[in-house]
Amino acid sequence: MPTLTVNGQEVTVEDGATVLQACEAAGAEIPRFCYHERLSIAGNCRMCLVEMEKAPKPIASCAMPAGDGMVIHTDTEYVKKAREGVMEFLLINHPLDCPICDQGGECDLQDQSVAYGTGESRYQENKRAVNDKDIGPLISTTMTRCIHCMRCVRFSTEVAGFQEMGSIWRGEHTEVTTYLEGLLDSEMSGNVIDLCPVGALTSKPYAFTARSWELKKVETVDVMDAVGSNIRLDTRGNEVMRVLPVLNEEINEEWISDKTRFHYDGLKKRRLDRPYVRKSGKLQAVEWGDAFLAMQKALKGVKGDQIAAVVGPMADMESMFALKGLLNSMGSEKIESRLCGAEIDTKVRASYLFNTTIEGIEQADYCLIIGANPRLEATLVNSRLRKAVVENGLAVANVGPELDLTFSVNELGDDPKVLESILSGDHDAAKALKKAKKPMLILGEGALRHKSGKAILAHARDIADTYGLIADGWNGFNVLHSAASQVGALDLGLTVEGNMAALRDDAANIKVFFNLGEDDTDLSAFNKSFKIYIGSHGDAGAASADVVLPGSAYSEKSGTYINMEGRVQRSAKAVFAPGAAREDWSIFRAFSEVIGNALPYNDLNELRKHMADVCPHVMTLDVAPTAEWNKFGRKAKIAGEALSVGGDNYYRSNPIARASKILADCENARNGIIEEATGTNG
Amino acid sequence: MTGAALKSTETFEFTPENNEWAQGQIKKYPEGKQASAVMPLLHRAQEQNNGWLSTAAIEYVADYLDMPKMRVMEVATFYTMYNHKPVGKHVIEICTTTPCWLRGSDDIVAAATDELGVKMGQTTDDGEFTLLEVECAGACVNAPVCAIHKEYYEDLTPDSMRQIIKDLKAGKELKAGPQNGRHRSEPLGGPTTLADFVKAEG
Repeated sequence: MPTLTVNGQEVTVEDGATVLQACEAAGAEIPRFCYHERLSIAGNCRMCLVEMEKAPKPIASCAMPAGDGMVIHTDTEYVKKAREGVMEFLLINHPLDCPICDQGGECDLQDQSVAYGTGESRYQENKRAVNDKDIGPLISTTMTRCIHCMRCVRFSTEVAGFQEMGSIWRGEHTEVTTYLEGLLDSEMSGNVIDLCPVGALTSKPYAFTARSWELKKVETVDVMDAVGSNIRLDTRGNEVMRVLPVLNEEINEEWISDKTRFHYDGLKKRRLDRPYVRKSGKLQAVEWGDAFLAMQKALKGVKGDQIAAVVGPMADMESMFALKGLLNSMGSEKIESRLCGAEIDTKVRASYLFNTTIEGIEQADYCLIIGANPRLEATLVNSRLRKAVVENGLAVANVGPELDLTFSVNELGDDPKVLESILSGDHDAAKALKKAKKPMLILGEGALRHKSGKAILAHARDIADTYGLIADGWNGFNVLHSAASQVGALDLGLTVEGNMAALRDDAANIKVFFNLGEDDTDLSAFNKSFKIYIGSHGDAGAASADVVLPGSAYSEKSGTYINMEGRVQRSAKAVFAPGAAREDWSIFRAFSEVIGNALPYNDLNELRKHMADVCPHVMTLDVAPTAEWNKFGRKAKIAGEALSVGGDNYYRSNPIARASKILADCENARNGIIEEATGTNG
Repeated sequence: MTGAALKSTETFEFTPENNEWAQGQIKKYPEGKQASAVMPLLHRAQEQNNGWLSTAAIEYVADYLDMPKMRVMEVATFYTMYNHKPVGKHVIEICTTTPCWLRGSDDIVAAATDELGVKMGQTTDDGEFTLLEVECAGACVNAPVCAIHKEYYEDLTPDSMRQIIKDLKAGKELKAGPQNGRHRSEPLGGPTTLADFVKAEG
């Protein structure tokens, strides 16, 4: 642990720390462009120059390892001049187009030239110009502005696992580009927009729509998958203008997936803004009272066990709790949340959580993936896996269809019967599991919805027990969910004996069917029932409903979400729901009063108190739980039917994503479809 | 040049001899470090591809060494001795760095451009000659210098430059090395030191 002096102050830093980190520890601010704590050190912008005593010239503090006895100065005239010099170099070829640059107002180069530059240029010569690159529908490039910090290149190769980005030519002619200007083909690509310290890479969909200083910033939680990434919604008026990541080391670090970043135009399209009732075969817009009246009529004389409900992937716990309360008050217990038919056992909480935690992946040394595609079902989990693979040599094996997870995977085939031989110890993977110090397994929905889902769950559990996946302070048993609502729904006990299959078999008996925002599952079995859809978007669910009640999207309500780790997080209301749409829980509360059986809460706080009676942990926010390990699953033979995984509809996996034009463009770009807008097309 | 301009559809594959040679290059490096052989392989690919690297050749080398295509493209574009567009049968690389320039490389360039009717960096219409400007060829003692194929032609004068081009056109064999009768980089007119020693030896 070297001790060095920074501006007369002694600091001791970790072995391997850099001078820049030591300066920060001493409270000295060091300007930088290329240095980024989550990327490898490049040392090519030279902005972090500091003075080191006995050194013949200024040193690049980001690339200099801190050594014992170094004497560093960051506030001398020498350092000031060095910074001014570097800034002048950087600005030789940087265009003076801040007024028309989207980065303006949140630009590192702009800020640092004000803070550390001379304020004037001595150059009369022409600036160099670089052709812009087309690297896909998400990232707008103005390569003349590029200062060659290579953050985007390092991010792509190191974090995103996309190798085809780099810099070609040299010196004056250097250009950052993707191979032959191809698509920056990664689900993490949007992060280069945040990383770019200048306006070379900016958001294409957000281009010229707002300035950073006119935006209201609301920190909330992402619902595109079950990761629960922390995000910030930047709004202007009643419109979400963009989505940015919020730092959370335990979940998403400082990255978010492209679906999270770019779904936001879907929040403004195809919205349900008033109630509808089906009259003579057609949905007609009505007032709330009329919709409730129609529902009341349909419910007349219907017995409790003739009412059923399903909840969709983006439902908040409050809505689900209120829906459950409404159904219970009518005598029904039939609410199902496992729409894909995953055989999840709700008795033991540890049996459906990502127990290792996302951050915990970094400690693992062996990971067995069973029927999951983390890259597309939970992108940030995949990037954590990649980080562990790259930094700690995590070995990954996969049971299921062959996957490109951006790192090398030992493919064990897609026959789940292989789990039997792993459990009996015959398989090579068994040896690897035995040898591993901190082994983990990830059980995906693909495995749990398999014909032998229950047996696979039991085998996974036994593998966990047999091979030391469960130890002191370590739980290597993980279930990877894809729906933001899933864990919360399971905690609330929204399951039906016999799963979706039993509910479908019972369809003839169901007179009234509530659907809280589920649009992806085939619910045609319930076509004879009176279908009530509560949701935010006019998608499949609304199209086949008899009554449509306009609910709120996640951005328009404060809701509780539990991510796959079992971490309780609360979203915030950033904008108001459109038209007559209401917060979903309040719809159920209002309707309960109509049918003369008012739910016992009048506002969100009261509702949450009641919810806490059912599941006390919802009041403990932002902490990953340690769920108790216990027996679960039912032993049986596994049927030899190939596993399938989700994710093939990555850009269309929920109603918001389907309404988003940006995500549709992403899908087209990935499939090589280029649509040129013409007068008659596009 | 933009990436789009580099795109090409033709195919490339090492000849059996080059393939064997490339395997030998790879063996020079520890297992798993085959990417270290990227520069010699690119050079050989360029030779085989009539003096320039097509996209197909770059991608072939990338696949050959199990490297991302972009990493090979970065190397191929960084070094100026890889050509990215077709060149003539004879590539005349004239050094114009300071020592050659002081010894009159401007005149050499003028003679060559005049003789061929193309500017530096251009190829003649018949596809026979390409003129290239290169940085220091490392033969300053015999400045000015040009390189054609794998040989240096040194101590050039505008006349000898013209003669070389004429001989190339006529298909005559060229005499590599100094063009003014000097032996290697000895002083003009023979050795001046240790002359007695050489005689005694002889």
